[in-house]
Amino acid sequence: MTVTAPPADPLRPLIRRLTGDEKHDASSHSTLDVLWVLYDRVLRITPETADAPDRDRFLLSKGHGPAAYYAVLAAKGFFPAEWLDDLGGWDSPLGHHPDRVRIPGVEVGTGSLGHGLGLAVGVALGLRAQGEQARTFVLVGDAELDEGSNHEAIAYAAAIRLPLTAIVIDNQSATHGWPGGIAARFPGWDAALVDGRDREQIEYALVKPHHDRPNLVLAAVEPKWSNR
Amino acid sequence: MRQTFVDTTTELLAADPRTAVVLADISADAFAPAMRRHPERVLNVGIREQLMTSVAGGLALTGLRPFVHSYAPFLVDRAYEQIKLDLGHQDVGAVLVSIGASYDGSAEGYTHQSPGDVELLDTLDGWTVHVPGHAGEVAALLRAAAGHDDRVYVRLSEQENSQAYPDGGRLRVIRQGGPLVVAVGPMLDPVLEATRDLDVTVAYTNTPRPLDAEGLRLMAEGELVLVEPYLAGTSARQVAEALNGIPHRVLHLGVGRAEVRRYGSWQDHARAHGLDAAGLRTRIAEFLW
Repeated sequence: MTVTAPPADPLRPLIRRLTGDEKHDASSHSTLDVLWVLYDRVLRITPETADAPDRDRFLLSKGHGPAAYYAVLAAKGFFPAEWLDDLGGWDSPLGHHPDRVRIPGVEVGTGSLGHGLGLAVGVALGLRAQGEQARTFVLVGDAELDEGSNHEAIAYAAAIRLPLTAIVIDNQSATHGWPGGIAARFPGWDAALVDGRDREQIEYALVKPHHDRPNLVLAAVEPKWSNR
Repeated sequence: MRQTFVDTTTELLAADPRTAVVLADISADAFAPAMRRHPERVLNVGIREQLMTSVAGGLALTGLRPFVHSYAPFLVDRAYEQIKLDLGHQDVGAVLVSIGASYDGSAEGYTHQSPGDVELLDTLDGWTVHVPGHAGEVAALLRAAAGHDDRVYVRLSEQENSQAYPDGGRLRVIRQGGPLVVAVGPMLDPVLEATRDLDVTVAYTNTPRPLDAEGLRLMAEGELVLVEPYLAGTSARQVAEALNGIPHRVLHLGVGRAEVRRYGSWQDHARAHGLDAAGLRTRIAEFLW
């Protein structure tokens, strides 16, 4: 895997300010490059259009370990970087799981696993019913796929050929793994396997248009437990 | 009541482009014409109740007004966390419309019964609960719910009163007399029959949440009986808060917690829970005299 975080990367100092979330440290960084590519190169959304009906939607289903998410949103100006200094504090809008009511640019409040994919299906259907061309993206963790609710959404999205994009960050953190591969759990979806640290690969997979079926981007990163 | 729900919602779909319906196979046949006319706003996700509620949350996040429908145990009990998080925590609303109530599915058994639905919703914030006692009350409740974005639960049942009371949103006096007996939804007819020759005031409401606290304070004079078609005591907290500071005795009647492992009709189950006229009369008379 290529190392893609050069010393000048604006995100590292922002993440370092988020010192309150030690527990989810590894998982928070697993999403970093995908999130940066999304907000830097893919999503049609800015702080000014954060409430526009035709904005692209990104839903972070895997709400735990949001340090990378907060750093990207701060880097893109959705909220002041000073907010990063008080993660989880009483006066802070930033919790250890994001709350859409408190944080500009956050589409859904998550934390309990297995909710984002179903919500994303609803968002994509709602946009389509209203004639919006906006795209819907949702990020899920490989261990989060243990939750059965995901599989209700995966099957239905395939059945109705709903063009939304699910990104699964695979750091091999699912306790029982996914023998046969994660993509096999998404029948009827287009699937692309990318290096979750290679920003060119990530961008290519995310911007590829999909009009008639759901799109899975499986982004592999370093295993959560390297001694397995 | 179910047909009224289908007809009214089908009209709303045509009249208001914000209206959407999300189903999990239950009643899909009844909505088939609406689905043909509005394929992008009438969605049947299959037998996936968690997804049904999450999809409703997603639709609401884009500005639509979703009506979500199934049997009460699948709509409320099964998808409780989706109701809590994908609606409430996202700060969006939906109109949940259930059928089956506490024991309409008498021959189906406990799997198809939800005596605890209103109590479950009572653990959450901001839910309006309608329990219509007659099909003639349903359309107006649904139309009102279509016009805003709050969280609304409409609990339909096969058990109905002989008369509709369109003004049942607050406590409405049906018969004036002595101590107050409040009947919620389809409990009105059995309460009227049970108290036919008793000197009581009978009041009706089809909207137990929010409970009409002002009406209760005005009408309750020291003694009060509340009769609800779901778990007995579900409204105990609301009554206590409404009558806070006013000395009172109260009897809460409703469905028992113990599972009745018998089949039969809903009338059989009403009798087993003491919610038929004879059972109600015995307990109301014992309490008041």
